[in-house]
Amino acid sequence: MGYEILGLPMAYYIAMVLKVLVVFVFVLLTVAYSTYAERKIIGHMQVRLGPMRTGWHGLLQPIADGVKLFFKEEIIPSKADKFAFLIAPLIALVPAFIGFAVIPFGETIEVGGYKIPLQIAAYYDTASGQVVDLNVGVLYILALASIGVYGIVLAGWSSNSKYSLLGGLRSSAQMISYELAAGLAIISVFMLSESLSLQKIVADQANGAWYAFKQPLAFILFFICSIAEINRTPFDLPEAETELVSGFCTEYSSMKYAMFFMAEYANMVTVCAVTTTLFLGGWHGPGFLPGWFWFVAKVYFLIFTCMWIRATYPRYRYDQLMRLGWKVFLPLTLINIVVTGIIVSL
Amino acid sequence: MIMPLINGLKITLKHMFMKPVTLQYPDERPTPSPNFRGLHALKVSHSKAKCVCCYLCPTVCPAKCITVEAGEDQDHNKYAERYEIDMLRCIFCGYCVEACPVDALKMTGEFELANYKREDFVFVKERLLEK
Repeated sequence: MGYEILGLPMAYYIAMVLKVLVVFVFVLLTVAYSTYAERKIIGHMQVRLGPMRTGWHGLLQPIADGVKLFFKEEIIPSKADKFAFLIAPLIALVPAFIGFAVIPFGETIEVGGYKIPLQIAAYYDTASGQVVDLNVGVLYILALASIGVYGIVLAGWSSNSKYSLLGGLRSSAQMISYELAAGLAIISVFMLSESLSLQKIVADQANGAWYAFKQPLAFILFFICSIAEINRTPFDLPEAETELVSGFCTEYSSMKYAMFFMAEYANMVTVCAVTTTLFLGGWHGPGFLPGWFWFVAKVYFLIFTCMWIRATYPRYRYDQLMRLGWKVFLPLTLINIVVTGIIVSL
Repeated sequence: MIMPLINGLKITLKHMFMKPVTLQYPDERPTPSPNFRGLHALKVSHSKAKCVCCYLCPTVCPAKCITVEAGEDQDHNKYAERYEIDMLRCIFCGYCVEACPVDALKMTGEFELANYKREDFVFVKERLLEK
């Protein structure tokens, strides 16, 4: 414990690396098994069984899928822009994962006299006795969500195929319009918490009621907009099979396709984690179980809701999607902000 | 506007807890209904096929898949010396069973008729006899 690097004790760095490893592996496993869960849940909702053959009740299915995709032939279209084509899956995948850096997933734990807050981008400041985290955490998440659009647009453009281009264009238009409404829905949370730090937002909800109860409209709008932003049913127009083959990832194969697939599910996990943090009280729950358990339970419930929605609703038409985003959600979030502002100032 | 959406969610949730209708096919097999029209069988009576070789079944067959040749046994009775059904042509309409005046033909629940060779799809009399 004696060593110090840049004025911080060694344990700080060890704890940081450990937190990154644990969270990354956990998110990766969740991503892998959410593909399995999705197939199982949708299967049962359609009174089918879902995967049953690989392992007990198909439990090895994600591994089998991964191995299969890994050994597939890598095909790059000869007219494609090679550099953009190769980098697009990475741009889609990385922001989906690093969004987790600012999400608090548990209470501060104490290991060997050293306090570790369960949030990657945070440390315990012994001088002030407080947990210090990124003070613009929510902006960071919104920024990463916007970067994710580039991956999809680049993939669509660089493939040099009409289906990919149309898928990419649709996706960018959709993500930009819904990001606006999602951002405005979050503003009403800021108005209550008076902070952009996720630690502060979670602590605020622990003291009072969850923001889902204080801001039910913002909660529902944010969740729906998030589903639209991550291109899931009923807003999965970029990959509408019936009209666009497979959308922006039509020309992709092998591991690069798997990366888009993982990005989609990682985005879903991240969005559910953000919704939990902003509206469902983060890791707070009845004290008999640790904070991380409640966090994971809430996130998994939201993931289940995403799959439930996918099993229930048909896809929106493109003009309906745009109308819903600009003419319904945007005015509703604005009204919500005005009403919140009036109530807060009273 | 909201209620139909919620009702939809309710329906899918209800269906999630229903028993899946899937049969894990090679392990679990369906039991065909009694009037299922599968592979034909020639009925046997007194250890002989009941068929009297009247040619009504090849006549009525819309797919022309039945070949019958008559023969004479030691009691000077007409019997089917050759009775073949080409399963690649058969459309499983069951008209042959309906047409049979002596109730010598029936259709079983056997539906797994895949084979490796074309010749194997022509079911000769021995293969058609009721087990």
